[in-house]
Amino acid sequence: MREGFIREEFSKDLYKPDQWQWQEGDLTVTRSCQWSGPGCHQGCSVLFYTKNNELVKIEGDPNSPVNEGRLCMRCLNMVEMVNHPDRIHTPLRRVGERGNNQWEEISWDEAYDEIVAKTKEITEKYGAKSISTGMGTGRNASWQTPALAFAGFKTPNDNAGMLSGDSCYTPRMMAMNALFGSTCIADMGQCLEKRFDDPRYSIPDMMLIWGNNPIVSNADGFFGHWVIDVMRRGTKIIVVDPRLTWLASKAEVWVQIRPGTDGAVALAMLHVMIEEGLYDAEFVDKWTYGFDALKERVADWTPERAAEIAWCEADVITKAARTFGAAGVNGTTTLQWGLKLDQQKYGVPAAHAIACMQIITGNIDVPGGFICINFGYTQSDIREAIAKDMMSEIKDGRLGDDYGALRRVGYAPHSSTDATLVAMETGEPYPIKMLYLCSTNPITNMGAESKRIYEAMKSIEFCVVCDLFITPTAAAFADIFLPVAMGCERSGVRGWYTPLRAINKVTDAGGKGDEVLMLELGKRLNPDYFPWDTVEEFDNYCMENLSSVPLKMTFEELRDKVIAYPDFEYRKYEKGLLRADGKPGFQTATGRIELYCTMYDMAGVDPLPYFDEPTESPMRTPELMEEYPFVLSTGARSWEFFHSEQRQSKAMREFHPDPIVELNTEDAAALGIKEGDWVNIENPHGKIRQKARVVPTIKKGVVHCEHGWWFPELAGEEPTLFGNWESNANCLTTMCDFGPSGYGAPYNTQICRVYK
Amino acid sequence: MGKPGLLIDYEWCTGCHSCEMACKAEHGFGEGQCGIKLHKNGPWQIKEDKWEYAFIPIPTSLCDMCADRVAEGRVPTCVHHCQALVMEFGDVEELAKKMDKKQKVLFIPCD
Repeated sequence: MREGFIREEFSKDLYKPDQWQWQEGDLTVTRSCQWSGPGCHQGCSVLFYTKNNELVKIEGDPNSPVNEGRLCMRCLNMVEMVNHPDRIHTPLRRVGERGNNQWEEISWDEAYDEIVAKTKEITEKYGAKSISTGMGTGRNASWQTPALAFAGFKTPNDNAGMLSGDSCYTPRMMAMNALFGSTCIADMGQCLEKRFDDPRYSIPDMMLIWGNNPIVSNADGFFGHWVIDVMRRGTKIIVVDPRLTWLASKAEVWVQIRPGTDGAVALAMLHVMIEEGLYDAEFVDKWTYGFDALKERVADWTPERAAEIAWCEADVITKAARTFGAAGVNGTTTLQWGLKLDQQKYGVPAAHAIACMQIITGNIDVPGGFICINFGYTQSDIREAIAKDMMSEIKDGRLGDDYGALRRVGYAPHSSTDATLVAMETGEPYPIKMLYLCSTNPITNMGAESKRIYEAMKSIEFCVVCDLFITPTAAAFADIFLPVAMGCERSGVRGWYTPLRAINKVTDAGGKGDEVLMLELGKRLNPDYFPWDTVEEFDNYCMENLSSVPLKMTFEELRDKVIAYPDFEYRKYEKGLLRADGKPGFQTATGRIELYCTMYDMAGVDPLPYFDEPTESPMRTPELMEEYPFVLSTGARSWEFFHSEQRQSKAMREFHPDPIVELNTEDAAALGIKEGDWVNIENPHGKIRQKARVVPTIKKGVVHCEHGWWFPELAGEEPTLFGNWESNANCLTTMCDFGPSGYGAPYNTQICRVYK
Repeated sequence: MGKPGLLIDYEWCTGCHSCEMACKAEHGFGEGQCGIKLHKNGPWQIKEDKWEYAFIPIPTSLCDMCADRVAEGRVPTCVHHCQALVMEFGDVEELAKKMDKKQKVLFIPCD
């Protein structure tokens, strides 16, 4: 399976495939999975080498089919992060004024008692709904806080760290649920334990990579270098991106578009594919609904029309459509799409259009195609198991249930961040008085319009921040700070699609895992809902309640196996494995893939894919472009950092010392900006400074700013807050400008000017 | 095994820095020091539709090809962790036989 190696096999004595823990001299070796901060969505399989309660080494686990021993630089630097001198190991209480970054150490009991007392006081005074919780991005930290919100604080108001329009995966998930009734992912053989050696698997002939650079981002449970694995076996790629990524340089076709015009380009590609018959007519006829309506919708979306909007060549759009369509007709195509579709106001219809391209090739749920995956949602499984009936009791009046058409008809897993901001600012429909923020740093990252959120948060009476380090958000607002455990210091279950992986605790540094925080605090707030006495007991409860994972085993059994694969089947729609009634087809109203979405129609959303311009853009607001001539994209991933993490790492800052703004060579020359100059990036919402990288490979007229920047080496107290306002890209983004569905926000489509 | 070498298939090196970080962590190299260094060509446009954009890691004189690891039965840490799986470690004579296609390079970092 793994390429290379004259020494073929990894030593089975040194890398034991059938044990989860063993002794190697004075080191204890533990197989686990790294799925909490600092770290990403992916949950790569690792070996923790520990001695006397200290992590001394980390390696990739070569016996895991997930990453086959490989690791990115962030996991490889885990020893520095785990043992970092700035880490907090005991709960802290703020001393003196908020924002002066002075703390006293307190015991866990004192911290919990204070949180419980404040919860009681605020609930009595303002009602439980005035408590809002925030969580970080999808890792082993994104279900415990919602569970605690519903069952512990008894508030329906949980949200994802003030991320406007839930613009991370949710917009694409909403599109997929409407179209397919389930989620689809690119098939890299990741659902099969033997991966490429499984005879059922075959690689895609063509992969459409749209709005992401997966080898760096590893987002949505997708290990980016799987793309390289299939490319080395023969898969060709098409890349749609405003920047020439390394992958784009290897592509058959690279479509370089203006950020936020994805929908227009996809409609034009559909136009070409349909006009030229480059689709699977039999599949379309048998398994889809609304093809004629789609055909009519794209009839006037010529490549020339889209090219004018997207600032690219019509010929390139045509070539991309023909290359993709022909590959689909003659073989297998798949789709690896990404965050940039979520980070635009009209991201849901853009995702709808792109999904339609893949659907009409007929390569749905086939080996190497776009596969339906209906299991592995352990986070919602456990959250819902714990909260039980509580949600229906407390849900009335949840913030933002009227923010957008899909929210209005109940497609709303969390309260709305935008409505939460408005409630903090105006007290309407009711005030927010307490925040419980776990592994999220909303005034630096996730939250758009950072200064607005910062100002709004001043109205909070009591704020708890649980995190790895004192962040700008903690320094500015925390009344109580609770230290969170890192990967080797916590146990749990890693689920997101497949396989299921055990997270094994081997050391203790004083901080607590999110499960433990939830259990201990939940027990004090509402003991009936948190009956477990130990983490072991709770981990087993989790294993028994994974309703979306077809595996029956105890936590101990999972730990022994380390990784467990549920059975996976292709062509489930033919076998009656997707629908609740067991009939062939898809879990939609028509039983077909709905190119024309009846659910959207019912909700008052355009049932067909469409394109619209961002709120501020060269086409919609040409009058603003004189002052702000550039389209601004933010948030492309870097190898070194996961969002606002790792800025305190010496090793990472050696590789990546400064925040980088990327400009096109011609634009930079016109502005007199040279490589390495510190420049101002300014728009109507704010101003920051980043260091210029001048390249010929970003679209002319577009600049890109890195996100998540703060400077742990600067003063933590007000007004500096670790340099939170210096280079923070979210000073330039906006809240409350989400799409008509309620999802998608313009992190990727602002405008700006740049000057020295 | 005879003289050991490192074969790198740089057609597929993505420039992820894992080799460098693995090396620094394994050997405890401080700032500015490393047993392998990633180099970049481009990106520049060769012609329409064609770009030069390549990475290649080059072992430095600090590289001992992880002699201690190899003695224990492991492979060098850069090879173990390379995300694109483009690095191979082994006997130079055997590796030379694999020099059969474009964009491969064989290093003998140390004796």
